[in-house]
Amino acid sequence: MDNKQIIISIVIMAVVTAAIRFLPFLIFDGENPPKIILSLGKALPFAMMGMLVVYCLRGISFDAAKNFVPEVIAGVIVVTSYYLKKNTILSVILGTGVYMLLVQVVFR
Amino acid sequence: MEKSELKRIFKDTVPIMIGYLVLGFGFGVIMATKGYNFWLAPIMSIFIYAGSMQYAAVGLFTGGAGMLTVALSTLAINARHLFYGISMIDKYSDAGKKKPYLIFGLTDETYSIVSHTDEDVDYCFFVTLFNQVYWVMGTLIGSIIGNMVSFDARGLDFSLTAFFLVVFTDQWLKSEKHLPAIIGVGTAVICLLIYGGDKFLIPTMIEIALLLYLLERREERKNG
Repeated sequence: MDNKQIIISIVIMAVVTAAIRFLPFLIFDGENPPKIILSLGKALPFAMMGMLVVYCLRGISFDAAKNFVPEVIAGVIVVTSYYLKKNTILSVILGTGVYMLLVQVVFR
Repeated sequence: MEKSELKRIFKDTVPIMIGYLVLGFGFGVIMATKGYNFWLAPIMSIFIYAGSMQYAAVGLFTGGAGMLTVALSTLAINARHLFYGISMIDKYSDAGKKKPYLIFGLTDETYSIVSHTDEDVDYCFFVTLFNQVYWVMGTLIGSIIGNMVSFDARGLDFSLTAFFLVVFTDQWLKSEKHLPAIIGVGTAVICLLIYGGDKFLIPTMIEIALLLYLLERREERKNG
């Protein structure tokens, strides 16, 4: 793509992304949204966070140890450390540090 | 907004700061190494502000994708944000002037904080703003430094995965009902196996909406 096409693409991406984010508010705003939408909205964060975790880990494959062992070990460390200490920053740094060590040094 | 309040919000967003600086930096570096003008990457982070979409965009640029492909890819990759909006309708209904920006900046990471906080709209506004500042700053630094410095950052992107895992664990520990979380993970895994990593998000979302709807209906019948 040349610069002009790229800028047009950026505009399209920005408009579509914003449209997706604004759409629920445009449809259901003003009057009271249907009850089913509100209760769906309450249950969704739990399901969405589960989906996001899977989305982040979608590259895992079980054909070789290096393609899943770092994720599993670091993931277990994140969950366990958070369960024990309830400290987000600690768990994120610990998990990321171990993961980097595993992919850069152990499973090269 | 008081200074101590802003400090607290900053502290709450530090994990996202780490993730966004790193991923934004990575995005800036990739754009630089592909030879695009250094201002394009930060412009994208300001106006598009959707991490995974921006990474995908680099592929679209280099592949010379048509405008329709660009639009449909954006729709497919960002469709999950529809659901984020649905969860925030209630909370953001009285946000006033801050509302457009709150909606514009509703990324995965921002949503992970604002969707499960009891704090007010002002809090959510500054979380949203801080997060975008991190993202744009990371992009700008990556874009400028570009290929000048090389270092081994492999694995640093796990910080966002770790963050989502923490939020997931936290929600699990605080909630009595685990079925929605199980539905989210289970549906995503099954759809990932069926459709593959590039295409599983939309079928997953449809299934999740359907299952949660059926779940609500059952609860209503039980209670009513």
